[in-house]
Amino acid sequence: MSQKPLLNISNLQAQIGDKSILKGLNLSVKPGEVHAIMGPNGSGKSTLASVLAGREDYEVTGGEVLFDGQDLLEMSPEDRARAGVFLAFQYPVEIPGVSNANFLKTAVNEVRKSKGLEPLDSKDFLALMKEKMKLVEMDRQMTSRSVNEGFSGGEKKRNEIFQMAMLEPKLAILDETDSGLDIDALRIVAGGVNALRDGNRSFLVITHYQRLLDYIVPDFVHVLYKGRIVRSGTKELALELEEKGYDWIKDEVEA
Amino acid sequence: MNTTDNIITGFDNFELKSDALSDIRSKAIDSFIKNGFPTTRHEEWKYTSVKDIAEKLSLTTKRASAGSLKESAVNELMFAGKDVTLLVFENGLFQESLSSPLPNDYIIKNLASVLNDAAVKQYLGKIAQSENESFVALNTAFVNDGVFIHVPAKKVVDKPVHILYVNSGSEPAITRNLVIAEPESSIQLFESYHSLDETCEGLSTNVTEVVVKRNGNVTWVKAQLENELTSQISFTQVEQEQDSRFSSTVFTTGGHLVRNNLHIRLNGTNSNAHMYGLYLLSGEQLCDNHTLVDHAMPHCESNELYKGVLGGKSTGVFNGKIFVRQDAQKTNAYQSNKNILLSDDAQMNTKPQLEIFADDVKCSHGTTTGQLDDEALFYLRARGIGEQSARTLLNIAFAADVLNHIELETLKHNLQSIAEEKLMHS
Ligand SMILES: Nc1ncnc2c1ncn2[C@@H]1O[C@H](COP(=O)(O)OP(=O)(O)OP(=O)(O)O)[C@@H](O)[C@H]1O
Ligand SMILES: [Mg+2]
Repeated sequence: MSQKPLLNISNLQAQIGDKSILKGLNLSVKPGEVHAIMGPNGSGKSTLASVLAGREDYEVTGGEVLFDGQDLLEMSPEDRARAGVFLAFQYPVEIPGVSNANFLKTAVNEVRKSKGLEPLDSKDFLALMKEKMKLVEMDRQMTSRSVNEGFSGGEKKRNEIFQMAMLEPKLAILDETDSGLDIDALRIVAGGVNALRDGNRSFLVITHYQRLLDYIVPDFVHVLYKGRIVRSGTKELALELEEKGYDWIKDEVEA
Repeated sequence: MNTTDNIITGFDNFELKSDALSDIRSKAIDSFIKNGFPTTRHEEWKYTSVKDIAEKLSLTTKRASAGSLKESAVNELMFAGKDVTLLVFENGLFQESLSSPLPNDYIIKNLASVLNDAAVKQYLGKIAQSENESFVALNTAFVNDGVFIHVPAKKVVDKPVHILYVNSGSEPAITRNLVIAEPESSIQLFESYHSLDETCEGLSTNVTEVVVKRNGNVTWVKAQLENELTSQISFTQVEQEQDSRFSSTVFTTGGHLVRNNLHIRLNGTNSNAHMYGLYLLSGEQLCDNHTLVDHAMPHCESNELYKGVLGGKSTGVFNGKIFVRQDAQKTNAYQSNKNILLSDDAQMNTKPQLEIFADDVKCSHGTTTGQLDDEALFYLRARGIGEQSARTLLNIAFAADVLNHIELETLKHNLQSIAEEKLMHS
């Protein structure tokens, strides 16, 4: 049975300065699917994530991205977020002076407004926060601190997943959310992600390690190399990569 | 006739010329005649031309008039709350009927009513000297009124004082404050400047003299909230004795041209001074902060943080001098000036000046001027926050740590709202 894809990327090309990074990338993600994206350092994984989220440093020079039937590339970053795209950053920035709670309240209410919903009042917002904090076992006092300021690497990643839980996107792109997490935090974060897998929400999980995929079991695994998806398979592909590395794929591509 | 000649003629005909201040008035006018108005050739006035201000001052040396300010308007401006000792001035003239009853457990009066007070005679014009400061000289020569506060030893004044200056016309308001905190006394002051409406082209010149004696504690918040046609020149000189504390916060969102000199002399061991500043500018506003901390004695600390957000074609100036004299060993002196430019046409001129003659001191200074952090902006937008709101949120965050130092909660919140309002439209 063919369902319409939530995200459809065709022949996407992007560059920064005159350096071309994505060189004709195709990917289709249906509602509810989890796709893992692996690939050597510098192959363009974070670039893909950034282009999808709307970072303006990258110039899209070709191709098309449809999200929920809309031309994603024409939309501002905030409109993409409001439409349901969420990027958990590989390197979340610190924003001194803006409290996590105030930031999230603004974000949640702007997203609600775009859907024609009333803003949450303080009481409902706090209740929502409490519920979602449990999901990632986040410490209460972290919400009153400035966004990511002085957070450890692991706390920052956890905060990303917490924000995802608050914003309830249609598509979550997790860029190396597992890096820098200790074993317990990895389990918690993966548990949070799995709790949000509801059969409709889709995930693009960028990772270097098979270990994460033991927890978040993907429907598909892709290898991104030199700006293209050069290999796609099921979860067994990740095991194969874990065992053999990327050389065999590189050899095939160069051949 | 040039502006200086006009001033001389104006002084000859000035109706307060022979009052109880006649001696210091005539000395001051002599100093003014010697120096004249500063021009942009003076290093201290390099970015700030006072040509228009000089014109205006020289043509209106008559006493100002008042009568347009109503209680309802005053009620809108009570940013430190209602539970304050309030002194209201219109165009520099004391408005007793709009002010609160003045307490008598310490001295707080409008200056014009106490010119024969012994402490006024002793200190007025002695703390802020006219010799090298033309605007201090002019203020001294032509002063109308202002506030005199004398807190006796060991007196802790609980109720904050709100000095409210409103311009309702185009005559210059020439005001003067003198505050003497005797040993172990303490008081909190809030001084605010306003325009009655958006069209009056007012001008204020204020000189404030503060003496904080041994173990005294004075906090001062100055909010410059006039319309964008009104200018202000203010000069504050503080003398601190041993173990004393002084904290000042200067908050500027209004004004066409605003020049603030804040000079602090740490004249006794173990005293400390905090100086905070926040200027949020738009349009063609200019705000020029000149600060000077003079560490004259050992074991003192000064801590200075000035921040600005500049949009439109606005101009900011920060000139921060720190002197550490030879005797002032074990001095800690910190200074920081940080700015965000919101447009290509806004400009900031920053000049820290440290002159250190003692060898065992800790001094640091830092300045930054830049744009909003693009990474942070993208992060907020990627969470669904619109670009304009995201910019405002970041600007508010940048400004917050200055106002966070204000201890009076109501005042802090009101000034935060004014800051947010301004940043929302910058
Ligand atoms: N701002 C930039 N300026 C110049 N080159 C850039 C910039 N951002 C990315 N690149 C280059 O683009 C290429 C792809 O980078 P990208 O961050 O997408 O890789 P990645 O697959 O996420 O790598 P990693 O696994 O190390 O995170 C790299 O060669 C990188 O150096
Ligand atoms: Mg990456």
